[in-house]
Amino acid sequence: MSSETALATGRRARGFAPFLRSQMRNIAPFLTLIFLTAFFAFASPSFATLDNLGNILTQVSVTGIIAVGLTFVILCAEIDLSIASIANVTGIAVAYFTLQESYVNIANVPLPGVVAIILSILLCALLGLVNALGLTVIGIPSFIMTLAMMQIAAGISALLVRGQIAYKVPSLITTLGSGSIGGIPWIVIVAALMLLGGHLVLTYTRFGRYVYMVGGNREAAEYSGLNVKLILGAVMVISAVCSGIGGMLGVAHFGSAQQNEFDTYLLDSIAAVVVGGTSLFGGRGGIGNTIVGLFVLGVLNNGLDHVNIDSFLKILIRGLILLAALVINVYAQRLREKAAE
Amino acid sequence: MPEGQQPILELQGITKSFGGVEALRGVDFALYSGEIHGLVGENGAGKSTLMKIIAGVHTEFSGHFLVDGQERHFHSARDAHAAGIAMVHQELSVAPDLTVAENVFLGNQPINRFGLVQWRRMAREAGEQLARFGIDVDPMARLGDLPIGLQQLIEIARVLFSGARIVILDEPTSALSPPEVERLFATLKRLRQGGAAIVFISHFIEDILRVSDTVTVFRNGRKVAETASAATSKGALIEAMIGRGGEALEHSYTDDLMLPRPSDSSVILKVDQLSLARSLREVSFEARAGEVLGIYGFMGCGQQELSRILFGKLKPDGGTLAVEGTPKSFASTAAARRAGVALVPESRRDMLFHQEPVYKNISISILDRISSLLLKPARERDIAKRQVEQLQIRPPVVGLDLGMLSGGNQQKVALAKWLTYPPKLLVLCEPTRGMDVGAKNDVINIVRNLRARGLAIIVLSTEPETVLSLADRILVLKRGALVREFKNEPVSKDRLLEAA
Ligand SMILES: Nc1ncnc2c1ncn2[C@@H]1O[C@H](COP(=O)(O)OP(=O)(O)OP(=O)(O)O)[C@@H](O)[C@H]1O
Ligand SMILES: [Mg+2]
Repeated sequence: MSSETALATGRRARGFAPFLRSQMRNIAPFLTLIFLTAFFAFASPSFATLDNLGNILTQVSVTGIIAVGLTFVILCAEIDLSIASIANVTGIAVAYFTLQESYVNIANVPLPGVVAIILSILLCALLGLVNALGLTVIGIPSFIMTLAMMQIAAGISALLVRGQIAYKVPSLITTLGSGSIGGIPWIVIVAALMLLGGHLVLTYTRFGRYVYMVGGNREAAEYSGLNVKLILGAVMVISAVCSGIGGMLGVAHFGSAQQNEFDTYLLDSIAAVVVGGTSLFGGRGGIGNTIVGLFVLGVLNNGLDHVNIDSFLKILIRGLILLAALVINVYAQRLREKAAE
Repeated sequence: MPEGQQPILELQGITKSFGGVEALRGVDFALYSGEIHGLVGENGAGKSTLMKIIAGVHTEFSGHFLVDGQERHFHSARDAHAAGIAMVHQELSVAPDLTVAENVFLGNQPINRFGLVQWRRMAREAGEQLARFGIDVDPMARLGDLPIGLQQLIEIARVLFSGARIVILDEPTSALSPPEVERLFATLKRLRQGGAAIVFISHFIEDILRVSDTVTVFRNGRKVAETASAATSKGALIEAMIGRGGEALEHSYTDDLMLPRPSDSSVILKVDQLSLARSLREVSFEARAGEVLGIYGFMGCGQQELSRILFGKLKPDGGTLAVEGTPKSFASTAAARRAGVALVPESRRDMLFHQEPVYKNISISILDRISSLLLKPARERDIAKRQVEQLQIRPPVVGLDLGMLSGGNQQKVALAKWLTYPPKLLVLCEPTRGMDVGAKNDVINIVRNLRARGLAIIVLSTEPETVLSLADRILVLKRGALVREFKNEPVSKDRLLEAA
């Protein structure tokens, strides 16, 4: 029976090398983070300071909020390309429902702050619902469906602001987006809470388990009698709502609401999730990975500002790092399969 | 074993462990050209593991590996292929999204001098190859759209005609109809004449005895016997496999078996005039509480489609379903499950999560009964442990990833998913496929137990033995239509085959 007890003690018995291989997806992003941090700390004295840590945290907050929902989507082996557009339109909507200064030339509809927030959240939830219906009822692949939604949301944004810039948002949003408490920006706290919430949902709830199982093997999930369409639909709505919240706080954080304000967040959010090691094939990864991915991106973006480097080269470097992460992501899947062989 | 001849393949003292578990312990194995070598053993005995070593799938092991007397070490399945070794895996390993022709030529499509795939030539040659094997199918059809048995045949054909000198077949017949098995055997014999060496794994011991020259028996990772097929018997082999007398475990069902009087208990499922384009024609029947209804037919007779309709996975074109008198039109598998219907499909890949531990596989379909919002992992593990014990799943470790279990044990997990909270109607497709004699017996007992608890059970199978060993009443499905009902009368394998 010695073989059985060896098994019962779990993975350790399988040897260190296979364990490392199977954990590649979690280890590689972490090593990347440590390496980048060490590199920038060495290259620039202003990088490794407490102040700058605060900067990094603030800089990744909006991406972090959006990435929470996106993590759910990617875990299900789907994608959401409309996150940035939905963030943008929600941020614009909340400004649209707030009384603007007289010099802002928007035909807006001023409402009490709470109502404005609720309406905006309803708007992004509705857009997410359209994504969900397109994906599950009509059967449009999420890649295409959310590509269309990206345009639709951008169109609504354009109609609402008509090329103008709005500045005022409800005071609650202003506080959460740009205020701070005890020296800690509210937006960092919100991002942390949402990441925590996402993690708890994914790890400890029945719904979270369903997300992993649907992502792991959709056919098997169906044969187990799960309502796969409902789960996929829910995930698309969650993603849209997270994007919407990120958009509202982002508008407050930037101090203005305008067209195309969030364009870079699409790539950043996808990068954060994937660089962190969540599998593009679904079923593997989680919020923990996303957090590591956020830090990798945050450290990279921020660090490049600290070292003297051609700002156009920065874009290229970011692209290369993303490519490297994708390669690791795909290899990690293979190595895992090999380790499980 | 041919005297004095050098083995084409020789393994000495092969030991392979997965982490702490030794799947093979010091196995010697020799294969000669011009022989068909049968391999038998209980689920988890190590048969597939040894074959995967030969086929270059598992590359880490200890022991000697000689091809034509030369020590070799394969680093991949491609190396093995280059050495003339080809294998049909127990788990179907086709590419469902490619066409039939692409699957036949997987990896070596005919290419013209511009580097483009010669589609027309490929389709023609694939069609010819398959026709030689008696398979009539459109080479440009998407493979995944074909029934599972046909996919298996195509995979077998691909390997048999790949020109390999050593051909390994890991439970190739499990999804085939009797005439197809005959064709396969005839082809194997032809290949043997051509000097190929063939390894044939099966739980159908009669088949092994009939087609192979030599039989090797595995038990618990060890080779426990190797004899000429002519010099042994089914009973002796079973005894070697499980270490005790096996006569009682296997019936051959050649004699008449008396079916009981049909029960008049309440009707759980009523199916009326069910039709599906090209697959089912006006199928009507009832399934009653405490009764096992067997549905027998050859591969492609519509069984698969019927089972999918009952579980809400396929929509029928016409006809009605009623569960306990309430008409149902299942919009999803979730709706079917809520109505008390459960299905175990014939392909375990379809219902299992290979990268997840056993306990999550078992609990997934009952999570809503054991937890509301938050998961209760301890409860899940307890439930899984009970099932693992009851079904004697090996190794009995619920935290192990499912992909690490042997094929037969995975099949048991698929069944275990539905047993904690038994449904009203349990639909089992090929429930004993890939199981050893002992495990088959366990399944028979489990099904009888469930029947005693008042479930309606439908068993669909292309193996007469499976239906005969389980069913109280038998329907025969032929090209999508029910053609015969056996009840309260004698029935045998021959009578079933005749009706189909
Ligand atoms: N990838 C793997 N990781 C860990 N253990 C494995 C793996 N593959 C097989 N095993 C273990 O090795 C043992 C032998 O398995 P194997 O698949 O060779 O059995 P088998 O004789 O083919 O059984 P079956 O008739 O059920 O197919 C089993 O205990 C199984 O759990
Ligand atoms: Mg096997």
